[in-house]
Amino acid sequence: MANLKVNMSLTKNEMPEQDPVVRAGNFDEVALGYDAETAMKEAARCLDCKNSPCRTGCPVSVKIPRFLEKVREGDFDAAYHIITSTNSLPAVCGRVCPQEKQCESKCVRGIKGESVGIGRLERFVADYHMAKADKPEPVAPQSNSHRIAVIGSGPAGLTCAGDLCKMGYDVTIFEAFHKSGGVLVYGIPQFRLPKEIVAAEIENLTKMGVKIVNNAIIGKSITVDELFEDGFEAVFIGSGAGLPQFLHIPGENLLGVYSANELLTRTNLMKAYRDDYDTPIKHFHNVAVVGAGNVAMDAARVSKRLGAEHVYIVYRRGADELPARKEEVEHAEAEGIEFKLLNNPCAIHGDEDGHVTGIECIRQELGEPDEKGRRKPVPVPDSNWVLDVDTVVIAIGTSPNPLIRNTTEGLTFTRKGGIEADEGGVTARPGVFAGGDAVTGSATVILAMGAGKAGARSIDEFIKSKK
Amino acid sequence: MYKVVTKRYLNDAKSICLFEIEAPLVARHARAGQFVIFRLDEQGERVPVSVAGYDREKGTVTVMVQAAGKTTKMLHTVEQGDYISDFVGPLGKATEMEGLKKVCVVGGGVGCAIAYPIAKEMHEKGINVTFIGGFRSADIVILKEELKTVSDKLIMCTDDGTYGEKGFTTVFLKNEIEANIKENQPQFDRVIAIGPDIMMKFLADVTRPYGIKTIISLDPIMVDGTGMCGCCRVIVGGETKFACVDGPDFDAHEVDFDSLLKRAAFYKDEQDEAAKHICKITGGKRNG
Repeated sequence: MANLKVNMSLTKNEMPEQDPVVRAGNFDEVALGYDAETAMKEAARCLDCKNSPCRTGCPVSVKIPRFLEKVREGDFDAAYHIITSTNSLPAVCGRVCPQEKQCESKCVRGIKGESVGIGRLERFVADYHMAKADKPEPVAPQSNSHRIAVIGSGPAGLTCAGDLCKMGYDVTIFEAFHKSGGVLVYGIPQFRLPKEIVAAEIENLTKMGVKIVNNAIIGKSITVDELFEDGFEAVFIGSGAGLPQFLHIPGENLLGVYSANELLTRTNLMKAYRDDYDTPIKHFHNVAVVGAGNVAMDAARVSKRLGAEHVYIVYRRGADELPARKEEVEHAEAEGIEFKLLNNPCAIHGDEDGHVTGIECIRQELGEPDEKGRRKPVPVPDSNWVLDVDTVVIAIGTSPNPLIRNTTEGLTFTRKGGIEADEGGVTARPGVFAGGDAVTGSATVILAMGAGKAGARSIDEFIKSKK
Repeated sequence: MYKVVTKRYLNDAKSICLFEIEAPLVARHARAGQFVIFRLDEQGERVPVSVAGYDREKGTVTVMVQAAGKTTKMLHTVEQGDYISDFVGPLGKATEMEGLKKVCVVGGGVGCAIAYPIAKEMHEKGINVTFIGGFRSADIVILKEELKTVSDKLIMCTDDGTYGEKGFTTVFLKNEIEANIKENQPQFDRVIAIGPDIMMKFLADVTRPYGIKTIISLDPIMVDGTGMCGCCRVIVGGETKFACVDGPDFDAHEVDFDSLLKRAAFYKDEQDEAAKHICKITGGKRNG
């Protein structure tokens, strides 16, 4: 390896961002990415530890020190090939992975100072490759003519399909929506993950030979059994957790109460924020987003960009318990999102016409830690108050869609409606594999990708064992 | 892309148009009572529309669409042989008809387009079908001949008396129920009503005192149609249901019509505004 001195700076190189005041009024990407020089400087912070702890934190086992070494040397093409040998969606992961909880949490540099900016570097390498004019087209691997069906084109499905395709399988993805990408296109907003990037990553897969059938709802248009009848030898279910949960408090069906899914789908997938698209969205003024996960932050920041004057995060626990990524919380705060912590909504108020006028909350105090160690919120007696808003967005999680559950024999399900599968995605029904939110309930993009990868390995073993 | 195999206006006013769409994946399982979602083009919205017919062998699905808002008006400008961007389904649950013997199917306006395949499927199953079709006036009446072939008794009515009987569907439904009692005939074991929300509300009031189970087909505002957004929620028997996956058929005596009517009008301003800005040069044709 090149004998370059390690950059001992204790902090990550800053990644430039759009000014918060400016970006709160547009849907352009917030983070602007490293340039080549900064990327090389940042990569030089890697100690190349002998046992690479960072790799153990990556659900798709990216060979992190190897690609960082190539970035440090300025050989970005080689870095790209190292990443994509295990990760089909680097431009996506570089943007939306919670690296601080994954690879970067294991980085030795993080013990004293900040970890290496692995996510930022992955993003840089992927973007560098994407922007390159004379890059070679992805090559379709030699086919082994075994046909595999993948249900859902979200992170789990895309990863599973990409890995199987690289092994030579003939893969067809069935996607319910008119656009491919699952949560990457309907859920995560443009300003965090530009849709052009998702489209380009998917195009790489189709160029490799992955087929995608859009507008195909498994469980409605075709059943899992019919996929087998049609000649598919194995099926991977990566249908996600699409069903929104509501609070079940009075007033939840008033006009102006959205699930986060609805707000985000209208805005991200249907592009309601653009004048030239037909899907409407209300011009609201004051928005309360209930919940404080990444989806809640997305919903709040989308609301701000749609022109809301005040956007509040209403959350029953405190600042230390916020489940969203730190970076998302900081971005939201910088853009003027107001946090109403330790407040539990108990009713939504409306006027005579049924429009939302406010959300009633009970103040909370933090009590004893629960079994997970999180301090439990306890209501303060007689502390009800009303936050004046015209719109309420419920962002408290989702559960798996029942369409496949209701139409597929031989599978078993968890109490919460997820498909039961082991770590390799093996379900109770031979030939049917599952992974991602369809199994776990709402989790992260990268965990779903890890599950897709495991599913691909299990499918490969299953097909080979059949011979 | 999905090809428009047939396009045909169904009434003199040209307010309702039939489109037969090549969509083998939808035709494979489509049944009466279910719906599809179509999207005209990249900029288009997703619009739910009920299945009016299907041909499994040809791989086509028929829908009958009334020009109401921007998207449906633009759909009417799509010609036979043209393509639309998306057509997905079948969505929702098919209408239940197991064990029924005598049914009154009531359609109001374009609701007849949805009621027709239900009556047809019931008729083919040997269920006795009385069909009541109501319209505002003669110029918008659809399916005059087709409805005769799928019903044992057909009553067509218009608000102004320009076609068929004069009066509202509620009056004729009550007459039929009363006649069954007076003439000692078996009572309807089900009423199925499809039409404007307000008509279905009043039909529910008609059947309630007689205790006749009444099913209505709802078409609230939707985005995805697969249970993902929750936009189409309706209150049924005090519980929140999603029309797209739990419906679209619901027990009329349990539906909270007040909330239904309010939710249906939520985007009215945006709708009206959008309809004003359909391209006045191309008449609604976009990108082409």
